[in-house]
Amino acid sequence: MADTVIYAMYDDDEVLKAGAKKLVSKGVKVKDVFSPFPIHGIDPIIGVKETRLGIMAFLYGLTGLMLATIGMNFFMIQDWPMNIGGKPSFSYLENFLSFVPITFEFTVLCAAHGMAITYLLRNKTLPGMPAENPDPRTTDDRFVIELRLSNNANFDASQLESMLKETGIVEIDQKEIK
Amino acid sequence: MHKEAAIREPLILGHKTYHQITEDVCKPIEDKAPRTWYVLFAIAAIIGLYGVGCILYLLGTGIGTWGLNKTVGWAWDITNFVWWVGIGHAGTLISAVLLLFRQKWRMAINRSAEAMTIFAVFMAGLFPLIHMGRIWVAYWVLPLPNQFGSLWVNFNSPLLWDVFAISTYLSVSLVFWYIGLIPDFATLRDRIKKPIPKKMYSMLSFGWSGKAKQWNRFELVSLVLAGLATPLVFSVHSIVSFDFATSVIPGWHTTIFPPYFVAGAVFSGFAMVQTLLLVMRKAMKLEAYIHTKHVEYMNIVIMVTGSIVGVAYLTELFVSWYSGVEYEAYAFINRATGPYWWAYWSMMTCNVVSPQLMWFKKLRRSLLFTFIISIVVNIGMWFERFVIIVTSVHRDYLPSSWSMFYPTHIDIGVFVGTIGLFFVFFLLFARFFPVLALNEIKSILRSSGESYKDGTATSPAYSLADQGLANAVKPIETKKEVKEDKTAETSVKEESKDTSGLFDKIGTATADEKDDLKKINGLGPVMETKLNEIGVFTYAQIAKMGAAEYAMLDELTGTMPGRAEKDDWAGQAKELMNNNDNK
Repeated sequence: MADTVIYAMYDDDEVLKAGAKKLVSKGVKVKDVFSPFPIHGIDPIIGVKETRLGIMAFLYGLTGLMLATIGMNFFMIQDWPMNIGGKPSFSYLENFLSFVPITFEFTVLCAAHGMAITYLLRNKTLPGMPAENPDPRTTDDRFVIELRLSNNANFDASQLESMLKETGIVEIDQKEIK
Repeated sequence: MHKEAAIREPLILGHKTYHQITEDVCKPIEDKAPRTWYVLFAIAAIIGLYGVGCILYLLGTGIGTWGLNKTVGWAWDITNFVWWVGIGHAGTLISAVLLLFRQKWRMAINRSAEAMTIFAVFMAGLFPLIHMGRIWVAYWVLPLPNQFGSLWVNFNSPLLWDVFAISTYLSVSLVFWYIGLIPDFATLRDRIKKPIPKKMYSMLSFGWSGKAKQWNRFELVSLVLAGLATPLVFSVHSIVSFDFATSVIPGWHTTIFPPYFVAGAVFSGFAMVQTLLLVMRKAMKLEAYIHTKHVEYMNIVIMVTGSIVGVAYLTELFVSWYSGVEYEAYAFINRATGPYWWAYWSMMTCNVVSPQLMWFKKLRRSLLFTFIISIVVNIGMWFERFVIIVTSVHRDYLPSSWSMFYPTHIDIGVFVGTIGLFFVFFLLFARFFPVLALNEIKSILRSSGESYKDGTATSPAYSLADQGLANAVKPIETKKEVKEDKTAETSVKEESKDTSGLFDKIGTATADEKDDLKKINGLGPVMETKLNEIGVFTYAQIAKMGAAEYAMLDELTGTMPGRAEKDDWAGQAKELMNNNDNK
C-alpha cells in the first residue's frame, strides 16, 4: 500500500512534546516518535499504551516458582529422599525451609530472563535486525515525529507540513513508501 | 520533567549539550587507543596468561599443587572466590538499588560498575570450578538425570544454593547490563564510519530504533529488572555466607554472617569501583560526568558500609565471649593473638579504621586520598576472608592436627592471574564499549546539568554554531536511494528581526525601569540580555505576553523555542509584580 510518510525533526525534546500536543489537539495522528533517550510524558500525548511486560514478568516468575517447587519436591521428597540424621524426609512442607533459597533464585531467574526475551521479541530487537530510525542523528541529539498520510485522512501532505512548521521544527522530510 | 533543587551540586559539569555528551563518550572508542592502553593491556594479558597457565597445570596435576593440607582444606581458593563475589556486588547495587531510590548520580557510574561486576563474578566463578579438581565433570552440580540411579544433587546444601545464586546473579546482571547497552550501541552504529566496526555495532545494537514504544518498554524493563535484582544482590552474598554460617566450625557458625557479608561486599565493591573509575575518568577525559561529587557519594557509601562491617566485627567478638562456648571464644582469641595475628590486625586497620577517615569532608573529596583508601580497603577485604576461612580451621578441636597454611606458587599464580584477566576484560570494555550510559545521562541533562542549573544554557545549544563545533562536525549526507524530496528546511534565525507588533500589546519600557528578569524561572542571564536588546525590560511587559508574543520572542531571540510558554513567563511575571507591590 502506497503511503506518504512525513518526518519532522526537532532539536529539543520539550519542543517536540509541545509540538506533538499541538498537532494532536488539531486532530493529527502521530504515528511514531524517535528519540535518543526516553522523553518522559510523550506516551499519553501520542497515544502509546502502557506496556504489559510487567504482568508478563510476574507470570514468568510464577512459572519459575512452580517449576522449582515441583522439581525439588520430586528430587528430594519423591524420587530420592535423603536420610539426614533421621529427620523427616517424606514431607515437602517440613523440608520447605531449606528449599527457599533455590526457589527464590529460580523465580528471579525465570522472571528476569523471560521478561528480557519477551522484551527483545516485542521490540523486534534481535541480532541482525535492521534499524528503522529515519535519520542517524536520532540516536544522538535529534528527535523525529513521524506522520503518515494514511492515518490522517482529513489532511493532505501540504496541510500537515504547514502545521508541522508551526511547531518549531528544524528539518522536514517527505518520503513515499510502497 | 523532574525539577531538582538548585542547591544540589550539578551532576554534569560545564556547558554540555546532548551532542557533546555523545561526542565525549564515543570519541575514545572511535579514536586510536593511546599507548598507555596498549602497555596496560599487555601487562594485564601477560599476568592473565600466567594465571591461565597455572590453572591448566593445576587441572592437569591436581589440587595437591595448592598449599592445602588435612586441617586447612579451604584457603586461598575460597578466599579469592568470596573476595571476587564481594567486588561483584557494587555494580548491580548501583544500578538496581540506586535506580529504585532514584539516585541520579548512579547514571555516570552504573555502566562501568556493572561491567566490573560481571568480570568480577567471572573470576569468582572460576574458583569453585577449578577447586572441584575434575573440571570436566562440573556439570554434576546440576540436577540432571544420570546413570547412578537418578542420584540427585543435595538441595539442602548451601554449596548447591551457591551454584544457583551465583549463576542467577551472573546471568541476570549480564542481561540487565546488555539491555541498557543496546540503545548506546545504536548511537555508535549511527556515528561510526568505518565499515567493520559499523557492522559490529549494528549487530550488537540489535536494530534498535529508539521508537516511543521501545523506550516505553525499555523503562519498564529497567525498573522491573532493578526490582528483581535488588533482592538478588542481597540474597547472593547471604547465600555465600551460608557456606560458612550453616557449618558447625567455631568462628563460622554465627547468625550475623549474612548481613555482615552483604555490607562487606558493598564496601569492597565500591572500593573497587573507585579504584577503576578514578583512573578511567582521567584517562578518558570524563571528569565532567564523574566528578568530585560522585566520588564523595561513593565515599559516603564506603563509610557507612565500612562502619557496619566494623560493628559486625565487634559484635562477633562480643558474642563469642558472651555465648560462653569455649571453642567459639578460642577461635576469636586465636585470630587476634595466634600465629595469624598480623592478618587479623591488618583486616581491622584496613576495614574498620580507614573508612572512618571519610567523616572528614576534605578527605572524602580528595581524589588521591580516595584512591589510596580504595586500595587499602580491597586489601583489607581480602584479609577479612582469609582470616575468616584460614584462622578458623587451622586450629581445630584436636591440637595434634593443628597446622599452618603456606601458599604455593600455584596458589599465588592463580590469584594474581585472575586479577590480570579481570583487567584484560575491563580494558577491553573501556576501549570498545560506551563507558557511560549515554541515554540515561542525556535524560538528566536538563535537571542536573550545570549550565541548565545556573541558567546559562542556550537551549537548543546543539545548534552547531553555538558549540563552536561547526567546523568539527561534517554534515551528514542524506540518503539518496529512497525517493525523498527535501521540501523545506526551516531556519529560525534567518527571519527578519521585526519588532513591530510586539510592543503594541505589551507596551514599551526603558532601561531605567529595568526589573531583574532572571527571577523568572527558565529565563537565564543570556536570555535577559537578549530581551533587553529588543526592548523588554519589565515584569509588566512580560506579564502581558500571550502565545503570539512568545512566538515572536522565539523568532527574535532565536533561543529556547517553546520555553517561555512551557514555563509560563507571563504568569510568573505577574506574581513577581504582585510581590513587588506588597513590599
